[in-house]
Amino acid sequence: MQRIVDKINELFANGTVDRVLGWKVGEFSYDRTPYVFTKEGGLDGFAYDSFCANNLSKYLIAESRKEGKVLVLLKPCDTYSYNQLVAENRIKTENVYTVSIPCKGKVDVEKLKAMGMTGITDIVENGEELTVTTLYGDEKVNRCDVLCEKCLACQKTAKECDEAIEGEAYEKPHKDRFATVEELEAMSPEERFAFWRKELSKCIRCNACRNVCPACSYIKCVFDNDNSGIASKANTDEFQENMFHIIRAFHVAGRCTDCGECSRVCPQGIPLHLLNRKFIKEINELYGEYQAGDNTESRGPLTSFTKEDCEPSIVYEKGGK
Amino acid sequence: MLKISMENIDKLYAAIKESRDLFLPIESAGQVQFAEYTDDAVVRLDVLKTVKSAKDAFFPQSEDLMEFKVCGKEIDVIPPSGDMKEFVIMGVKACDAKSFEILDRVYLKEPIDSYYALRREKGLVVVQACGRPEESCFCNVFGIDATAPVGDVVTYLVDGTLYWDAQTEKGKELTEKIASVFDNADANDDAKVEASKAETKAIMEKLPFANLDLSRFNGENMMEIFKDERWNELYKACLGCGTCTFVCPTCQCYDIKDYDTGHGIKRFRCWDSCMYSDFTMMAHGNNRNSQMERFRQRFMHKLVYYPSNNEGIYSCVGCGRCVNKCPISMNIVKVIKTMGVTDNE
Ligand code: SF4
Ligand code: SF4
Ligand code: SF4
Repeated sequence: MQRIVDKINELFANGTVDRVLGWKVGEFSYDRTPYVFTKEGGLDGFAYDSFCANNLSKYLIAESRKEGKVLVLLKPCDTYSYNQLVAENRIKTENVYTVSIPCKGKVDVEKLKAMGMTGITDIVENGEELTVTTLYGDEKVNRCDVLCEKCLACQKTAKECDEAIEGEAYEKPHKDRFATVEELEAMSPEERFAFWRKELSKCIRCNACRNVCPACSYIKCVFDNDNSGIASKANTDEFQENMFHIIRAFHVAGRCTDCGECSRVCPQGIPLHLLNRKFIKEINELYGEYQAGDNTESRGPLTSFTKEDCEPSIVYEKGGK
Repeated sequence: MLKISMENIDKLYAAIKESRDLFLPIESAGQVQFAEYTDDAVVRLDVLKTVKSAKDAFFPQSEDLMEFKVCGKEIDVIPPSGDMKEFVIMGVKACDAKSFEILDRVYLKEPIDSYYALRREKGLVVVQACGRPEESCFCNVFGIDATAPVGDVVTYLVDGTLYWDAQTEKGKELTEKIASVFDNADANDDAKVEASKAETKAIMEKLPFANLDLSRFNGENMMEIFKDERWNELYKACLGCGTCTFVCPTCQCYDIKDYDTGHGIKRFRCWDSCMYSDFTMMAHGNNRNSQMERFRQRFMHKLVYYPSNNEGIYSCVGCGRCVNKCPISMNIVKVIKTMGVTDNE
């Protein structure tokens, strides 16, 4: 963290940037809030640690439209979201200074709680071990057992930024990101439907998944627009529960970078990333390997046409998978 | 006081189900919610907080209000069927139990909300003392005793036994009906319950927010707080999602919507969120155009407007759900801490 702080102070001092989009400490040792630090205000409360999971790139839609230059800290996965937003002309890049920062995966406090550690008053990190102090005693856990779902399968390396702060070499856990998707594909349609019904029936339509998503950057979403005919504030029945998520998954298909924010923020722990990964897997198989946000120029396979593109009949040939 | 071993707890559920619907904290796909009890339900009375609060029991997230049917030149107005079964909601913690009183002050005041009133009348609340408060809990700040929740029946879950203590007429009537499933508790049991209460109380004192200071929210400086510059700082990262409002036991706003069935209209209401861009949208437009104004509204309502209409009672019960669930970790505690002191303090 010190190297990041030094770098920011240097860029403040030499006038390169006026503001910094980063994370601020909170009430506990684990809650971090996105925050804009200014040259005048300084870096009081700035944090970069295992709890800074929030992807900051989407905030640039608004921040890059303000006067002055804003520095944004991007984890490797966030650099893809940034590129994708730039590709979609959502960010005024001339007002942004990008700095990529190292990441060893972020800790998911919900996982600690699910393991029975509630009443957490402190979490101290020592290499690969976390000591969790709770009102009911101390416990030690391995970092890799409590990483965010999105970090478990993350093999992303930082895309080019204005500046890169490198970390020490680190081997990330590598869970196959399509493993669960394949398990779902192996189910019968009835089983698969039952799986998703159980998950989606938990949805409370808080829109956290949509509002955090860098691919959902539209000013007025169809679900908020009374003239769209499908605006709704609650899931009044099963159909709506399904429809909201199916429409969202289709809408971000080919643009979703698999940043995993949707699943991370869902208060109901719905594995939304599985829907997105299903689309990514399909795109890879039908159009060739594709990673959204890999660069800022190429058009996604779903928004460009080639004669080799598969025919719609592929849906039947796949036999309902 | 009566008691039943958790090993036999299904007998209690079955006995209640004989005459009423039963809602309990039930686990499904990894999350615990208040839901209707079924034989294969995984009941989790041991879990401190359900994701959503217990308010759905009286104020469901969406609810049919009436139906209109068009027949030629006639329009039929059909009220919802009034034959709602009596129900029991069990496992309600002190904070959620207190939230019912806060909702009552809104919905049972003239003009009475008949939908809410009907559910209140039909519902019986079995509360449960908390055994393992979390770091995000701060109910004590609002004068709530987590070990003495208010309801028709108070229960305590101690060492694999559920203790049952009816409080109101409603509670006693139900208890009589299902008395055969219980054993009588003795002095030894009383001591166990008291010891467990004392343990919880000791933890409550150690909670990080136990001494939150609300003194600035005293009803005398509404405009000062409203105009405070620091709202501009606090709201900044807000995503404008509805998580905090939908998990909150005291958030009480709803929207009325019409659903076109092709040959009529189904009118329903559903929870609304002051964080949403079209909240209280009117013909002339929206009176809160920025996210800052919407964000401010939520906290002004809980800490300033509601208390000034309700003898100083705050519209927050310190359940800590918004503290746990906000995607950007902004919450009412941070607001109280920031706005609770004046700039020059
Ligand atoms: S974040 Fe979760 S609960 Fe909220 S709308 Fe999305 S899926 Fe539903
Ligand atoms: S859909 Fe989910 S994984 Fe995809 S870009 Fe949006 S937040 Fe990230
Ligand atoms: S504002 Fe937050 S802490 Fe207060 S009652 Fe609502 S969810 Fe609970």
